[in-house]
Amino acid sequence: MKQLTDKALARLRNGAELPDLSGTRYRLLQQVARGGMGIVYAAEDRDLQRRVALKVLEVPGSQGELASRLMREARVLARLEHPGIVPVHDVGTLADGRVFYTMKFVEGQRLDQYIESSASTSDRLRLFQRICDAVAFAHARGVLHRDLKPANVMVGSFGEVLVMDWGLAKIMTDGLETEVATDAAISHSPANRRNDTLGSLITGHGRVMGTPGYMSPEQARGEVESLDARSDIFSLGELLRSLLGEKPSARLSTRSAARLDRSLDAICAKACAQQREGRYVTVQELVSDISRYLDGLAVEAHRESILEKAGRFYRRYRFFILLIAAYLLMRIILLLLIKH
Amino acid sequence: MLQDKFAGGDERFPATRWSVIEGARSDNRGERERALETLCKAYWKPVYKYVRLHWSRGPDEAQDLTQGFFAEMLERELLNRFDAGKSRLRTYLRLCVDSFLMNEDKAARRQKRGGEIQHLTLDFTGAEDELGSGIIDAAAIASPESLDEFFEKEWVRSLFALAVEDLRALCTERGRERAFHLLEAYDLEDDDNISYEQLAQQHGIAVTDVTNALAWARREFRKIALERLRQICGSEEEFQRETKAVFGRDAR
Repeated sequence: MKQLTDKALARLRNGAELPDLSGTRYRLLQQVARGGMGIVYAAEDRDLQRRVALKVLEVPGSQGELASRLMREARVLARLEHPGIVPVHDVGTLADGRVFYTMKFVEGQRLDQYIESSASTSDRLRLFQRICDAVAFAHARGVLHRDLKPANVMVGSFGEVLVMDWGLAKIMTDGLETEVATDAAISHSPANRRNDTLGSLITGHGRVMGTPGYMSPEQARGEVESLDARSDIFSLGELLRSLLGEKPSARLSTRSAARLDRSLDAICAKACAQQREGRYVTVQELVSDISRYLDGLAVEAHRESILEKAGRFYRRYRFFILLIAAYLLMRIILLLLIKH
Repeated sequence: MLQDKFAGGDERFPATRWSVIEGARSDNRGERERALETLCKAYWKPVYKYVRLHWSRGPDEAQDLTQGFFAEMLERELLNRFDAGKSRLRTYLRLCVDSFLMNEDKAARRQKRGGEIQHLTLDFTGAEDELGSGIIDAAAIASPESLDEFFEKEWVRSLFALAVEDLRALCTERGRERAFHLLEAYDLEDDDNISYEQLAQQHGIAVTDVTNALAWARREFRKIALERLRQICGSEEEFQRETKAVFGRDAR
């Protein structure tokens, strides 16, 4: 029998892991990512001569829990036609028995990489608003994302934002609710949970679904049935903190955000309130508060003191205030010169 | 409609329902022995190497203990106690090996009763060659935490080696020996410099033929390896977990 070296093992493993695209119109290009459910490859659609992203399960079979989740993810994406949500093109089963779907190939960087860039606070906030727009749209269509985090947002080369990885999405309305129940029954061993590259925890029936550090307290308690838009709003608040440069460890240990402007900190704090009753009710409310901040107005999340109001007034009308001050100063100097 | 499309996938890939766990729990002794034989084929090498390296036993003693262990599995119906919901089969087996070795004095007696698996040809010389050839890093199991990793790696090595042999037989049966030789040259040999172009020249074929032959061989290898894996898993859930461990990102 052939002795297999570690190199041979790795080659066999890599070779066998590649999806068998025979019988499809796709040609494999390269692996681009690996998630909790499957692997994402760049592939070429030979008919349309365009590059697509092909997500495929690691395990064969179309009847298992993972297969159901991947199919459901594809269907969720199909119903969410929005510029901020990655569009799905095709879904099916490969010749090797693995379920796959193809979607738009997004060129750009993940939000966690974008965070490291030198973008200004206002640019970051505007980008955050675009993320919120996509999530708000999904909520309007009755879909909760349940795994919002920087690793699941792509920032395209032209600044476009795409919310990805809807594998944990919960459909709040219509006939697909039964599938959500199926999803809630998914049970992974601790070992399997540990293995999820992006750190998502997936369970149901009172167990956890989401990513520690980003999921809401009720989500962490496994209250799957009672989750609503405010759970995603909590994740958006944590995502906003990350986007504004707060380190995850700081988020997890203390809530002090000395580096953040008070209004921004208040917005984050309101979005991330431990009790969901204390959070924004809709994503639009959160977006509006961000808009107010960007326009130099008082945000709803924070009651300002007189000093803070004065400071904000000064920041907002700084040009005119300085202009008037310069004019007054000039008049005083002129008066003094005339007197002497 | 979509569901129908997916359903087609399973028709093309019927799942092997028989597994060693079901076989081991059968009332039929023949079934039980067949289950043990399947299990033994996949696990004897990892067990032998584990006994040699972790328990620091000499080749002769490790051979006896390995055979004794599988005999004990059959006699004491250890697989009946395995709960797929609680642990992986390979973790359970490793713990069984530890327990067996800890009661080594009894093991000597048991291995003499291990006639049931004597008909299995266990290539201990080959396993010993692997230990001596530097393929296996003995230092890799220096810490208790790395025991599982070591056992998993050797288990994957054993599973893949069996699958490679099955693939060789399949290629011969279908007259596609060249595909196997290409896979052997490109994936199994330790030559990092070999290219598709060189292989095409060596075999007097086009590069695209090399690509196609390798794609076919890898696809068949995957099918065979998964079939063997399914046989030695206790449940569908375990099979899916182990598939990820063998082919997925956890695989080391």
